[in-house]
Amino acid sequence: MKTFYFDNNATTAVAPEVLEAMLPYLSDFYGNPSSMHSFGGRVGSAVEQARAHVAALLGAEPEEIIFTSCGTESDSTAIHSALQTQPEKRRLITTRAEHPAVLNVAQYCERQGYHVVYLGVDSKGRLDQDEYLRVLTDDTALVSIMFANNEVGNIYPIQRMAEAARERGALFHTDAVQAVGKTPIDLSHMPVDMLSLSGHKIHAPKGIGVLYARKGVRFRPFLRGGHQEHGRRAGTENVPYIVGLGAAARFAVGHIQEERIAVARLRDKLEQGILERVPDCIVNGDVENRLPNTTNIAFKNVEGEAILLMLDRFGICASSGSACTSGSLEPSHVLRAMGVPFNYAHGSVRLSLSRYTTEEEVDHVIECLPGVIEALRAISPYKD
Amino acid sequence: MWDYTQAVHEHFLHPRNAGPLADANAVGEVGSLACGDALKLYLKINGQGIIEKAGFETFGCASAIASSSVLTDMVKGMTVDEALKLTNKDIAGALGGLPKEKMHCSVMGQEALEAAIRQWKGEPPVPHAQEEGRLVCKCFGVTDEQIIRAVRENGLKTLEEVTNYTKAGGACGDCRDEIARMLEAEFQRKPLTELKARPSLTNVRRMQLILKIIDEEIRPQLAADGGDIELVDVDGRRVVVALRGRCAQCRSSDVTIRNLVERLLREHVEPDLVVEEA
Repeated sequence: MKTFYFDNNATTAVAPEVLEAMLPYLSDFYGNPSSMHSFGGRVGSAVEQARAHVAALLGAEPEEIIFTSCGTESDSTAIHSALQTQPEKRRLITTRAEHPAVLNVAQYCERQGYHVVYLGVDSKGRLDQDEYLRVLTDDTALVSIMFANNEVGNIYPIQRMAEAARERGALFHTDAVQAVGKTPIDLSHMPVDMLSLSGHKIHAPKGIGVLYARKGVRFRPFLRGGHQEHGRRAGTENVPYIVGLGAAARFAVGHIQEERIAVARLRDKLEQGILERVPDCIVNGDVENRLPNTTNIAFKNVEGEAILLMLDRFGICASSGSACTSGSLEPSHVLRAMGVPFNYAHGSVRLSLSRYTTEEEVDHVIECLPGVIEALRAISPYKD
Repeated sequence: MWDYTQAVHEHFLHPRNAGPLADANAVGEVGSLACGDALKLYLKINGQGIIEKAGFETFGCASAIASSSVLTDMVKGMTVDEALKLTNKDIAGALGGLPKEKMHCSVMGQEALEAAIRQWKGEPPVPHAQEEGRLVCKCFGVTDEQIIRAVRENGLKTLEEVTNYTKAGGACGDCRDEIARMLEAEFQRKPLTELKARPSLTNVRRMQLILKIIDEEIRPQLAADGGDIELVDVDGRRVVVALRGRCAQCRSSDVTIRNLVERLLREHVEPDLVVEEA
């Protein structure tokens, strides 16, 4: 059965040009980039070239790019570095809508005695800017706000929030795992001190991430050991994956503008198609300010896991914020923070597209989804 | 992705007896929208007390729908007394098993069945909460009776298993300590009322242990942030401490007391210690 992949916020397909770029570094060019011989040196140049491509995608300098193993490692490194380099400051500001990679680290810091403020969101998932300015005190070590939300796709006003943090002397980190490659980011004009990204969300493989750390910002490594990455991240470089991420970044630089428009058009067609054919459903999030590839739709009185399993029979891959899919017993923390009513929250489905999504695939979902919802509503005890 | 059996898939995709039963004379409802799953079970019971027909409406995941479907198949033709003997294990077993995180779906089926039969007998619908039971998990409305029943019928050993089977403790987590104590008591086969009668430490031993944990576990952690701690008094289970150094001015000192000092002392000395700041 053909796969209809609408779960690109979970992970993406490795692009053919990425795989091609990687292969020589899994076979012939196996040297260690730190070696003194030219066999290793050649591999070292490939790493530096990849670094330059990633820097170009972010509007950064190559020396500001640190390769890590994943977005989660980048987030942990950023938060711990900011707190350790400013021991006199005891406050950390983040949001209730963060990814667990930040949220759970923040909760850990709270247990260590830090004062952590979790900014609330409104019903569309927007952050309360007045609250932010109120809690942004002089003893704030770090503000960590996601660039875009993985579940509903909201893009947060990072420019404005980073400027406010800088005025207060606080460091600013953004988890941009979902935003990079989907929305333009130019760090040369944005006072962001640290930024996390992940390779597998932009058509590179799983197992490679980046932490951007602005020049001049004090830094403490999370992994100590060898001198790799200028002593900021020890461990022999994951060369093939770094090269792959470089290729993915290079492709994104060239295509981000056209892709945004094309993907958004298909997303809008999908969303409209569903809203027109299925009664009693709502779009979660801030439709004016969100990623071009994401829609999160909540279907009243049905449960998300059941929807996903029925869609699976049609080859459609999606995800849900329902309790049952997570293995936890509560619906997604993002939807709860937004105050989405329970009869909708449990029935939320996220569909996320990529550059490889076709119009035919969108049509297939529009065709299959209404029947699935109808079948589940027919056996639901809640009818109104 | 959940590892569902073929039978779960089959019942989920082609549910038996789905929909309300027009001539039902017994209806049992459990769960709610807030909980994320709900089952309304309809039975038609004849004059001899035999279940002639069954129907259901379910809001929930695949395993909730499959559990409801298989239950309606199982009870048809049973007498109410036979049906009352069904356990959640029977329901899960009929499906070839459920993932452990989904066992609460089978519990929901058993509870709906019991509720329906109680209604038919003219008994109050929610026996647990209103008669004997005491509410333990406020998030999912689970009583101690429900927890103990799930523990005994399924041989549950851990807090995680209790959450998988009853949902209790699966949200805010406030009741987790209490469930752990219930499990401990159940494990030692002691009635619930004897919960508090644990062997206790002598005052001298308690104080020695507290000092040891403060020196070895707590002080080094506080020192990392430039703080220190001093034991002021031990009065029964009440431990009075004073935070020193940087901790003394720290606005989160109450968090430190609760999350670090009290947690470690409860873990290593006695689970019911209460730590206060001097």
